Amino acid sequence: MTAMSIGRPTRPSSLDVAPDKARPGAGLLQYEPLIFELGGWDKTGVDFPHESVAQDASDLRGLTREPPRLPGLSEPETLRHYVRLSQKNHAIDLALYPLGSCTMKHNPRMGEKLARLPGFADLHPLAPISTVQGAIELMDQLAHWLKTLTGMPAVALSPKAGAHGELCGLLAIRAAHEARGDARKTVLAPTSAHGTNPATAAQAGYRVREIAQTADGRVDLADLAAKLGHDVAAVMVTNPNTCGLFERDVLEIARLTHAAGAYFYCDGANFNAIVGRVRPGDLGVDAMHINLHKTFSTPHGGGGPGAGPVVLSQALAPFAPVPWITHGAGGFDLIEEPRGEAAAALGRLCAFHGQMGMYVRALAYMLSHGADGLRQVAEDAVLNANYVKARLSGVMSVPFPEGPCMHEALFDDGWLEGSGVTTLDFAKAMIDAGFHPMTMYFPLVVHGAMLIEPTETESRRELDRFCDALLELAASVRAGDAERFTGAPFHAPLRRLDETLAARRPHLRWTPHSPDP
Amino acid sequence: MRYLPLTDADRGEMLAVIGAASIEDLFVDVPAGARLSGLVDLPLHAGELAVERALGALAGRNRAAGAGPFFCGAGAYRHHVPASVDHIIQRSEYLTSYTPYQPEIAQGTLQTLFEFQTQVTELTGLEVANASMYDGSTACAEAVLMAHRVTKRGKAVLSGGLHPHYAATTHTLAHSAGVHTHRLAAAIDAEAAVIEAIDGDTACVVVQNPNVFGTVTDLAAIAAAAHAAGALMIVVTTEAVAFGLLKSPGEMGADIAVAEGQSIGNGLNFGGPYVGLFAARESLLRQIPGRLCGQTVDAEGRRGFVLTLSTREQHIRRDKATSNICTNSGLCALAFTVHMSLLGGAGLARLAGLNHARARALRDAVGAVRGIELLTPRMFNEFAVRLPRPAAAVVEALAARGVIAGVPFSRLDPGGGMDDVLLVCATEMITDEDIACLVQALETELRA
Repeated sequence: MTAMSIGRPTRPSSLDVAPDKARPGAGLLQYEPLIFELGGWDKTGVDFPHESVAQDASDLRGLTREPPRLPGLSEPETLRHYVRLSQKNHAIDLALYPLGSCTMKHNPRMGEKLARLPGFADLHPLAPISTVQGAIELMDQLAHWLKTLTGMPAVALSPKAGAHGELCGLLAIRAAHEARGDARKTVLAPTSAHGTNPATAAQAGYRVREIAQTADGRVDLADLAAKLGHDVAAVMVTNPNTCGLFERDVLEIARLTHAAGAYFYCDGANFNAIVGRVRPGDLGVDAMHINLHKTFSTPHGGGGPGAGPVVLSQALAPFAPVPWITHGAGGFDLIEEPRGEAAAALGRLCAFHGQMGMYVRALAYMLSHGADGLRQVAEDAVLNANYVKARLSGVMSVPFPEGPCMHEALFDDGWLEGSGVTTLDFAKAMIDAGFHPMTMYFPLVVHGAMLIEPTETESRRELDRFCDALLELAASVRAGDAERFTGAPFHAPLRRLDETLAARRPHLRWTPHSPDP
Repeated sequence: MRYLPLTDADRGEMLAVIGAASIEDLFVDVPAGARLSGLVDLPLHAGELAVERALGALAGRNRAAGAGPFFCGAGAYRHHVPASVDHIIQRSEYLTSYTPYQPEIAQGTLQTLFEFQTQVTELTGLEVANASMYDGSTACAEAVLMAHRVTKRGKAVLSGGLHPHYAATTHTLAHSAGVHTHRLAAAIDAEAAVIEAIDGDTACVVVQNPNVFGTVTDLAAIAAAAHAAGALMIVVTTEAVAFGLLKSPGEMGADIAVAEGQSIGNGLNFGGPYVGLFAARESLLRQIPGRLCGQTVDAEGRRGFVLTLSTREQHIRRDKATSNICTNSGLCALAFTVHMSLLGGAGLARLAGLNHARARALRDAVGAVRGIELLTPRMFNEFAVRLPRPAAAVVEALAARGVIAGVPFSRLDPGGGMDDVLLVCATEMITDEDIACLVQALETELRA
């Protein structure tokens, strides 16, 4: 999920920087140059066989190049470089990582082990079907779990991330409308939606109209009803929504949507709040993507890979993209072209069959938790978020105070007013206190938003440590110690970075003439 | 439950702090009829041993590529990845971090992305690269949409040498955006045929090098023709190791280069996750999809890296964004970068040469089998052959003998009229014994 980044350098700067060599780093945290500054231009850290076959490219005369100009380093140099760099990252294994809407929870290591079994990892996507029966069976099992948990009859596994899943869902909707000669041009989505929702709708060829929000942070039904018409293809609603609230009127949203001949797309980014307790199929949903990297805890990996399977209603199932899994007397098979049984399929969304490595991890997670554990996941996620909300709400302002939140607690910057401290400043000071900031400035409907998602894998002790740290920072705000915030972070590997400069003078690769060091 | 730290005592005390009588109180906003009172119909939780047994059994029902002679390529390649690459990407700080939205505590991820972008520009011969896409096929589709935005034209010409999955993926995305894809008939050695299809509404031509049949082509004439007509040339590469030997897309005049980066640092994984490489000429920078990492300075003037030019992206621009992409393929990009940093340019050139040598040996051996016709005139590490009967049946028959002979083209393009074409690949993993096994199996099978 998103966090708007707002650059606020604490000192105007240029790219003529002081080389960091002058500051070798604090304690054991080493300064580390770019790989291109470590030499090794004619070196390689890979040993090749004493090849008897002549390396002869005479077939390719005029079609070849000189070796790329990239350095190669020995294994010890390479490891040291990337391990040193790793130490400049925060990670869920180090502390609570409260990015609202992003669901940073513990990643079971068993999944890593299982995804590396040669029977999964060393498997070619186009190997003969008879030799990959276990892989297709695994996909089929994952599909069964996803369908059962959501109460939906079909699932498309291949989308490679949440936004790709959104596209899959909207293209299925588009195909369904076109199949009945009812081409429509508009998608409705709330102002609070993830940026991917309008971006996806536009990519799927739709015009986007925003639905207003009520004072209690939900979809405004009157506004929805007024905007629903014969031109509306789909209503996209995140539920629980990006304010961390369950859409109480979800059944009415579905009813109104269907009455207008439109489909109900649910952004399932927050499915982790209700898994095992609520089935989207019971809420009238027609399509919903599931971020396996959120609800089912496949590692985020610093920005992917993710996986975004989409569950589909009966009405949309015929339009699911290929490949399709089938099962007959001869075992499992794949339909890889939109023909025959899959003639109505919307086509193909990517090469091959999707994110198999993520499927293994997600299924391992599901089997580990089981029906009972997954229900507990939702309950503990919601409990932890409400606990954080309860502990902080006396000090930090809550835009929608009425009723419980779901898996994340939303605060605004009302409580910072007049202090000279912004949401960004407060977030950066959290780094000095040992925590990754929460999602900030999202959702857009709340001023200076701070969205905290603790997840179910935090202990009460860690939650208390976190809340204590925030309360202590809040006391500093009240005491007028703005310096602690506006200059933060002071104790991170780097001080605040100049994002404005980066955008004004894009410097996107190292060259021998790079301005530094 | 080993992943859930709260005890029942914790839960009770926390509910008291919240002021709720029970957990049900926290789900009151869910319509009563939609609240499940019991468990869904799925098995109960299981210990690590039980889960390992269950998934281990499924893994055991597959034949791993390394189990015997194996010659599949066609967009996914089996290469040796040094153990240190996997060690690095399993470090908590890379594996369990998020997209680097807070740059002060994400310099590890950001600096590696900057290194990745730099490596991709050098390999592709272009000036700017993004921080990765999902895979090569979606990168290809995004490149076509980008060409549409740049040229404001509505047609994309896809060569007959483009991987059919890439063509299909591109068609799906382009169609929804109102861009017409004109796909030429599959052809072994006819990338230049795209020239005749260029017209005044052509936004781009999409050519692949080496193409899906393994054929290597100099694309400079195609670039010239495209540019003369005001269109862009997009060059697709599915085998990134080829960057170590073949002229780069940029050198041949590409405006956008996309590639599947799986070959470097990443395993086969039954098709994913992989990593899409995306590079372009500098003048097209503002239309590039996806994340970009840029250099800047911190408040004390020290070099640092941030995600930048985000005004192109969905979280800022919403329905006006260049793409809807959010999560990309960060960890696979890291694997690519670590492997590439071990190899260096010299090592990649060596590896590419080795691949080419193995493929020549394979070609000479397979070409000598009676009834087999070599089709690919100039190849890197894979090539197409014509068999005297449908390739799919031959592949299944050889699989029963323990040899995975390659990919029947009909698997990628059923009904395309090339059922007798087999795609065969040799990487550095292929031994002389593997080649001998394949030749013997083919001779036996084709004689039968």
